[in-house]
Amino acid sequence: MAISSLILLLLLLTAAAYLIAKRRALQTVGGRRNASQLNSLPSHYGALAAIWCVVPALVLLLLWGVLEGPVIDRQVAAQLDPATLDGGNVNLLLNQAQNLVASGRIDSETDPLRRGLAEHYRDLQDRSGLLRSVLAIALAVIGTAFACSRITRTLRARTRVERFMLGVLAASASVAILTTLGIVLSVLFEAMQFFREVPPTDFLFGTVWSPQTAIRADQVGASGSFGAIPLFVGTLLISAIALTVAVPIGLMSAIYLSEYAHASVRSVAKPVMEVLAGIPTVVYGFFAVLTVAPAIRRLGESIGLSVASESALAAGLVMGIMIIPFVSSLSDDVIKAVPQALRDGSFGLGATKSETIRQVVFPAALPGIVGSILLAASRAIGETMIVVMAAGLSANLTINPLEAVTTVTVQIVTLLTGDQEFDSAKTLAAFALGLMLFFTTLLLNVFALHVVRKYREQYE
Amino acid sequence: MNSFTDAALPATDSTATTKEAPDLDAQLAKFTGTVGNVRVDNAKMSMTGVDVHYGDAQAIHNVDLDLGKNEVMAMIGPSGCGKSTFLRCLNRMNDTIESCKVAGSLTLDGEDIYERNQDVVLLRARVGIVFQKPNPFPKSIYDNVAYGPRIHGLAASKSELDDIVEQSLKRASLWSEVADRLDNPGTGLSGGQQQRLCIARTIAVSPEVILMDEPCSALDPIATAKIEELIDELGKNYTIAIVTHSMQQAARVSDRTAYFHLGRLVEVGVTNDIFTNPTHQLTENYITGRFG
Amino acid sequence: MSETTEIVRASLAKRYARERRFRLLGLASVMASAAFLVLLLGNILTKAWPAFTTTYVKIDVPLTPEVLRLPDAPDSEAIASARYGRAVKQAMRDLFPDVSSRSEKRALYQTVSAQAEFTVKDAVIANPELIGTTHSLWVLADDDLDTYRKSKSLQAVPEEDRRFKDFQVTWLEELSAQNRIKTSFNWVFFERGDSREPELAGIRGALAGSFYTLIVTLALSFPIGVAAAIYLESFAPRNRLTDLIEVNINNLAAVPSIVFGLLGVAVFINFLHLPRSAPLVGGVVLSLMTLPTIIIASRAAIKSVPPSIADAALGLGASRMQAVMHHVLPLAMPGILTGTIIGMAQALGETAPLLMIGMVAFIVDVPTGITDPATVLPVQVYLWSDSPERAFTERTSAAIVVLLVFLILMNAFAVYLRKRFERSW
Repeated sequence: MAISSLILLLLLLTAAAYLIAKRRALQTVGGRRNASQLNSLPSHYGALAAIWCVVPALVLLLLWGVLEGPVIDRQVAAQLDPATLDGGNVNLLLNQAQNLVASGRIDSETDPLRRGLAEHYRDLQDRSGLLRSVLAIALAVIGTAFACSRITRTLRARTRVERFMLGVLAASASVAILTTLGIVLSVLFEAMQFFREVPPTDFLFGTVWSPQTAIRADQVGASGSFGAIPLFVGTLLISAIALTVAVPIGLMSAIYLSEYAHASVRSVAKPVMEVLAGIPTVVYGFFAVLTVAPAIRRLGESIGLSVASESALAAGLVMGIMIIPFVSSLSDDVIKAVPQALRDGSFGLGATKSETIRQVVFPAALPGIVGSILLAASRAIGETMIVVMAAGLSANLTINPLEAVTTVTVQIVTLLTGDQEFDSAKTLAAFALGLMLFFTTLLLNVFALHVVRKYREQYE
Repeated sequence: MNSFTDAALPATDSTATTKEAPDLDAQLAKFTGTVGNVRVDNAKMSMTGVDVHYGDAQAIHNVDLDLGKNEVMAMIGPSGCGKSTFLRCLNRMNDTIESCKVAGSLTLDGEDIYERNQDVVLLRARVGIVFQKPNPFPKSIYDNVAYGPRIHGLAASKSELDDIVEQSLKRASLWSEVADRLDNPGTGLSGGQQQRLCIARTIAVSPEVILMDEPCSALDPIATAKIEELIDELGKNYTIAIVTHSMQQAARVSDRTAYFHLGRLVEVGVTNDIFTNPTHQLTENYITGRFG
Repeated sequence: MSETTEIVRASLAKRYARERRFRLLGLASVMASAAFLVLLLGNILTKAWPAFTTTYVKIDVPLTPEVLRLPDAPDSEAIASARYGRAVKQAMRDLFPDVSSRSEKRALYQTVSAQAEFTVKDAVIANPELIGTTHSLWVLADDDLDTYRKSKSLQAVPEEDRRFKDFQVTWLEELSAQNRIKTSFNWVFFERGDSREPELAGIRGALAGSFYTLIVTLALSFPIGVAAAIYLESFAPRNRLTDLIEVNINNLAAVPSIVFGLLGVAVFINFLHLPRSAPLVGGVVLSLMTLPTIIIASRAAIKSVPPSIADAALGLGASRMQAVMHHVLPLAMPGILTGTIIGMAQALGETAPLLMIGMVAFIVDVPTGITDPATVLPVQVYLWSDSPERAFTERTSAAIVVLLVFLILMNAFAVYLRKRFERSW
C-alpha cells in the first residue's frame, strides 16, 4: 500500500474512532439527554479515542521510515559474498540496485548480479511495505479498542486530551532546542573528523587555502592545504566594506526618519527600506556581478587602477546596501528608546536639534547602536549568495579591496556543491568552516542581544 | 510621564477627581476675569491674551500675566489647570509638540518671543527650564554642567569652562557634594542631587529667567527643602517662574502667586495675600483644600 | 542685553549651518537608500523586459517522404521517428539557396531553435495529412537572432564583438522583408523547465519546485510554530528550560542560513538518507529556518490579546486549554497569519541552504511531487546568472521579476491582513 493511501486510511480510521467513542460515551449514561452526567463532553471521549488510534500508528510509520532503508541495505548486503566482489564496492552495488528498483527497469539486459540484488531489494521492500501497512492498521484498531474499552462516565477524558495537547505544544516548543542541538552536533561531528586529518592549528593559522585533494596520490599537491586565514581575512574585508557602507547610511537614515522627517517622508521611506530588506540576496548577488562589479572595474581602469573582475569592493558594496535597512531599523528602535526627557533637557538649554542628537541622543543610544552594528556584522559574515556570486574563489591573502578574495561562506558552498565523496577532507572542511561560522555569529548575536537588552532595561 | 502632558490630558491625580465635587460649568460660571493685578512695573516677561490649543482642545484661555525682574512667581492650581502648559510657552518648549498652537503676545524684555525672526535657541539660552523629573544626561557631572556653555561657546578656554562649572555647581549648592567626583556619571547621583545638577546645568548658561516645572515633585522632603533654599537664593539674581503642586512650597519660596483653574488665570497677587486672604471663591476653595 | 545673549547670537549662524548640514546628511542617506532601490529595480526591469517577448520565424517545411525518410505507407511509429530535422534544414536551405559554405550553412540551420523540428513533428503527428505537402509553420527563433533583434545597443556593436554576425543580419533583414518574422509573448518562458538553450529555458520547473518546497515548509513550520508560540505564551512555566528555549529561538533567528544547509546535508541527506535535490528536504530545512520568525510573530500576536478575554473564559469554568484554543487563538490568528506569510516570503527568497542539499542541479523536467528532483526560483536565478549568453541574462532578470512579484504579492497580502483585522483593545 502506498504511504499516501495508508495515511488516508488511518485518517478515516481516526474519524471512525472519534465517532464510535463519542457514541459509546453517550451510551454509558443512556443517551444525549443525560450527557451532563459524563465527566467530560462526549467530544472529549471521541478525541481521546482518536488520539489512541492515530498517534501510535504514526509513530510506527515514522520509525519505519527512518529504519527501513538501513535494515534492508544490511539484509541485501548480507546476501553478497565479499569474495565475488572486486574490492569495497558494496555501497555502490547497493546504490545501483536501489536505482534499478526505483526506475523500474529490471529486465533481461541487466547483469545477473545486479538483477539478483535488485530483485531481492524489491522483494524486501514489498514485504516491508505490506508489514508496515498491516502493523499500522492493527495498531490503530487496537488503540481505538483500548480507548473505547476504558470509557466510563467517570473517565476524565478532557484532562487526558488536554494533557496530550500540552505535550504536543511543549514538544513543538522544544523543536528550537533540537534544531540548535542538531546544528551543533552535525557540524561538530563532521568537523571533528576533519580535524583528525588536518590539525586544528594548520586550519586556524595556515595561510594557504587550496582544498583540491588530488585523485591520485602521486599528483602534485596531493594532500591539499587547509589554512583558513585567507578565508577569515577575506570574510572580514568584505564585511568591513559592507559595514562601512551600511552603518553611516543606515544610522543617518534612522536618525533622519525618527527625528526630522515629516510623516509624509516617513510614509515613503519606510516602505523603501522594507522593500530593500525583502529583496532576496540572490538578486543582490546578480546585481553585484552584472552591474556593480563591471562599473567599479571600469571606474578603476579610467583612473588607472587595476581592479579584479570579482573585487571585494563590489561584493562588499552591494552587501552594504543589503544591510542598510537592517542597521536602520535596529537603530531606529534604539533611538526611539532614548527618553524624550533627555531631549527636552537639551532643548531647554537652547541646543539645536543636531546638537541634541549628536551630543545627547547619540551618546545615550550608543550601547544599543553598538549592539545593532554587531548584529549587522554577524549578518554580513554569514551572508552567502552575494559573495558566492560576486566574490571570487581564489583564496588571496590580501586586504586590498580591489583584488578578489574569497570568504568562509563561499568556500562552504563550493566545497559542498557538486558530486563529492562525503568523507573526503575536502567536504569535511566545509563543516569545519561551518563550525567557525556558527560559533562566531552565535557569539556576536548573544553578545549583541545582551548589550541591547541591557540598554533597553536602562530606560524602562 | 512627562510633565507637559498634564495640561492636555484629563487629570490623573486621584485627589483632583475625588474632591472636585462641584461640576465644571458651575465653577466656570464663577470665573469672570482674572482677579488681582497681573501687571508689574519692572516686567521681565509680559504675556497678554495667551491662548493655547492642543489640536482642537483649548488648554489655556486668554491669560495675561507679567513676570517682574528678579521676582519668584509661583503658579499653582489643580492638576490639568494648564499651569505647566503656560510655563512651557515661556521658552517655547511647546514647539516640540506638533499639535500645540500658541496665540497671544508673549514678550521678553519687550521682544515678542513668538515672532518669526525670534530665535528659539537664543530664547532658551536666556530662559532656562528645569523639569519635573531630574533628567541629567548620561554623561559625567562635569560634562552635564559644561554642556550648555559648550554648545553656546560661552567659555573661551578650558580654565574658563572649569570656572563656569564650579560656579554653577556652587550656586546650585552641589559643589561640596561632588567636587571630588566630577568625572562620575551624573545619573549616579541621588534624586535631589540630580535635580540640583539640572539646576546647575541651567544656571551654567547664565539665563535671565529660569522656569521650574514642579522641580520637587519627584523628590523626598529633605531634598525638597534643599531645592527650596536654593530657589530662595537664586531669586535674588534671576527671574524665576515655578509651577508647583504644593501650596506650602509656593508660600515658602515665591514673591507672587498665580492661581490657575481649568486653563484660566483666576487670581494673581502677592503670595502672602493670596494665602491669607484670597479674593476669588475658586482660589479660596483650592487653598482651603476643598479640591486639589 | 547680557553677555550670554551676545555670544549666543554671534554663534547662531554657524550653528544653524551645521544644523542644516546634519539634516541634509540625513536626508541624503534616506535618498541614497531610495536611489539604490530605484537603481536595482530599474536595472533588473530594463534587463528583464526583452525576455518577456520572443521571436518566431515562419518557414515552409517540405514534408515529402524523401526528405523525412518515410516509407510509402507510414504507420504512426514511423511518423514519430521520421527525420523532421532534415525537413527543417531543407526549409532553411530553400529560403536561402545561395548559402553554400559549410560554416554558413551551420549558421543558417541555427537561425531557428533546435525546438523547430519538434514543432514540425507535433504538427505532423496531429495531422498526418500534411505528409507530401509543403507546410508553413511559425517556429521559435534562435536566441542570438532574438537578442539581436530586440537590442538596439547590440545592433550598434561592431561585428567582431557580437555573436550574431553581419551575414546573419542580412538573412534577418530578408526574412523580415518577407514577413517571416514575428514577435510574440514569451509563453515558452512560463511553460517549460530549464534548458541549455536560452530560447527554450523556462521557469515552470523552478516555480513548481518553489511551490512544493513552500508547501512542505508551510505544512511543518505553521503548526509547529503556532504550537510553540501557544506553549511559550500561555503554558510554559517560568524555569530554566523555558529560558533556554527562548534564547534558542532568538539565536536561531540570527544564525546564517547557510548553517541550516549544513544541518540539512549532514542530518537529512547523509544520516536519514532522504532524497537529494528534493523539495521535501528543502522544505524541512527552510521550515527550521522560518520557525523562529513564525514563533516570534505568533507570540506577539497572542500577547496582544488582552488577558481579560482568557480570564472571562476561565471564569466561566473553561480549562486553560479551552480558553486558549477557543478564545485567544482565534483572536490572535490574523497576527499569526501575517507573521507566517512574512516567514514564507523569506523562505521563498532563500537560496544558500538549498544549494547545500543539492537543489542546484540542472533539472529539465517539471517536478510533480515533493520527492522529485527540483530546483527553486532563486536557485534558478543563481544557475542562470552564471551563463554567458545575453539571452540568459535577460531570462535571469525576468525570473527575478517573477520572484519579486510573488514576494510583493505575499507581503501585500500580509499588510492587507494586518490592516483588515487590526484591532485596538
